[in-house]
Amino acid sequence: MEETLLAHVQGFMYPNEMELQWSVLIVLYPFITGLVAGAFILASLERVFKVEAVTPTYRLALLTALAFLLVAPLPLQLHLGHPERSIQMYLTPHTQSAMAMFGFVYLWYLMAVLVLEIWLDYRKDIVLAARSSTGLKQKLYKAMSLGIDNISPESLRIDDKVGRFLTIIGIPSAFLLHGYVGFIFGSIKANPWWSTPLMPIVFLFSAIVSGIALVMLMYMVVSWFTRREISMECVDTIGRYLMYAFIIDFTLEMLDLIHRMYEADESFKSLDFMVQTKLFTSQILVQIIFGTLVPIGLLALPQLLKLSEQARKGIYLLAGSLTLIGIFAMRWNVVIGGQLFSKSFLGYTTYKMGFATREGLLPAIILLVLPFAILWVLVKLLPPWQDDTAKA
Amino acid sequence: MSDSRTDKNRREFLLQGTKFIVLTGVAASAWDYVLAGTPEAAPSYKASQHWWAMMIDIEKCIGCGGCVRACKAENNVPLEPYYFRTWVERYHVRGEDLAHPDVDTPNGGYDGFPEIYHADDGAKSFFVPKMCNHCEHSPCVQVCPVGATFEAPDGVVLVDSAYCLGCRYCVQACPYGCRYIDPRTNTVDKCSLCYHRITKGLTTACCETCPTGARQLGDLRNPKDPIHAFIREHKVQVLKPQMATGSKAYYNGLDGSVR
Repeated sequence: MEETLLAHVQGFMYPNEMELQWSVLIVLYPFITGLVAGAFILASLERVFKVEAVTPTYRLALLTALAFLLVAPLPLQLHLGHPERSIQMYLTPHTQSAMAMFGFVYLWYLMAVLVLEIWLDYRKDIVLAARSSTGLKQKLYKAMSLGIDNISPESLRIDDKVGRFLTIIGIPSAFLLHGYVGFIFGSIKANPWWSTPLMPIVFLFSAIVSGIALVMLMYMVVSWFTRREISMECVDTIGRYLMYAFIIDFTLEMLDLIHRMYEADESFKSLDFMVQTKLFTSQILVQIIFGTLVPIGLLALPQLLKLSEQARKGIYLLAGSLTLIGIFAMRWNVVIGGQLFSKSFLGYTTYKMGFATREGLLPAIILLVLPFAILWVLVKLLPPWQDDTAKA
Repeated sequence: MSDSRTDKNRREFLLQGTKFIVLTGVAASAWDYVLAGTPEAAPSYKASQHWWAMMIDIEKCIGCGGCVRACKAENNVPLEPYYFRTWVERYHVRGEDLAHPDVDTPNGGYDGFPEIYHADDGAKSFFVPKMCNHCEHSPCVQVCPVGATFEAPDGVVLVDSAYCLGCRYCVQACPYGCRYIDPRTNTVDKCSLCYHRITKGLTTACCETCPTGARQLGDLRNPKDPIHAFIREHKVQVLKPQMATGSKAYYNGLDGSVR
């Protein structure tokens, strides 16, 4: 280990800097919370802003958000030197620490917003499922109904009202959840690659982009698997919103880049060199060209040309996938990129990812697959389709 | 003849006697050190009466690495070349090119520095000892989610390793690269200003060892402490002043190329 750490250093680094502190797991953390925030914001489009076209994805978006939110703290826990002490963040939080607030923001978002909103929305279905099933399944649904089986129109009207109110609270909460993740990085003045007040807002918009892309893909894939018809009006609308959000996100990121280049402060030469060498593939090629410009271009095609349904589906599938890859690359470039240069601006190192190690590629892949497994269970328990459009 | 024998005996006696007295003195002071070095409670130490700082005189540092070795031994710091509570950097600045100095720190200066530059190469070379700056407004203290890193009332930034989560946020937040994760405990570690020594009236291991007095512990709350004269009589500077961390490591002779 000694030899390899030293061998990776080019130029001069402070000796304690040679060991990279935050691994691929910390790349997953903003990626996953971003998907949660983005999926929730898409869901709230229908509920609060009355975008009827995206209704078919409403429940799926909420379940997706929940599945990913449940996994969000796992990469952090796996990364901690002492995961058993993480409870101290709740018991004795240091109020000046941005990180200390994660636990509270997370719990608020999970329990007060997402779980409650899903419960209110599904309450009728849960009660009906409890009535029509037997045995263990009935017990499960009964437990999920929390013993409340009043589904009178009056009671459902109240549910809807409270649910709407929750969504309205939920939007700033989703903004808080992810803007806050950006703040964790943006507030570190020691690191010029991170330290910018734009960081929370860039994180937020990239979160919205990734969440919308994920729900769009999930909707199409789940529909294919369950042989349901894809509402083209729905995916066209989502595709349009994805493009708008992406343009804002890209504008903000370019603003950050241009600002850095024009100011060219003491860190610029060092960071510029890094982007042109070590981060060239992940930043210029994967993030900016294939992960941003290409999907924005693809999403613009249906706006400019009259394309067949099949062509549009193909475009959305490709653009959505590239978007997710691009946003993942963006998280990678922030988290890993921010550790590849020395705070002396005189040297660089390389990140070597392990495979079957505690913070290696394998646990990262498992943590990325896990939300889909959870989502599969959630969809089984709480079917997201409100009308039966299944093909016979 | 008998006189000269007597003289010889007398000379022998004086020599032996002096040796005895001098050596007893050395032994006595050595014994003092042994006693002083024994960890014991510091009931007379009042944290609020001190405000610790460090004086580092670059013009006196000869790059022997004694401080690095003393620190690692005193504080049981892992010996790998990327875990240091203190380390020494060698700067080599050619002409007016302050922005691109050649800097190296082989094994943190632990083994001293092999000569790689010629005295007449037209450049200037000097050594910069580095350590935790015990900042008054520490970014590391600010970001710790559980308060495991904290500032003691005497201005020393300490780590409670029994409380540290090992999240590494403080390592990211330190502008000076003073922190590392101890692979044996999975918690963060850094210079404690030899807190176990200074609270008993001793100086730090690095200051104790430094043969030229390039590093000296200072107490800003003690009006008689030499640190006041040091700051008054020298052009002192702290590292990365633009970070506004309230660093308490005062350098004399800090070149503009140092970062």
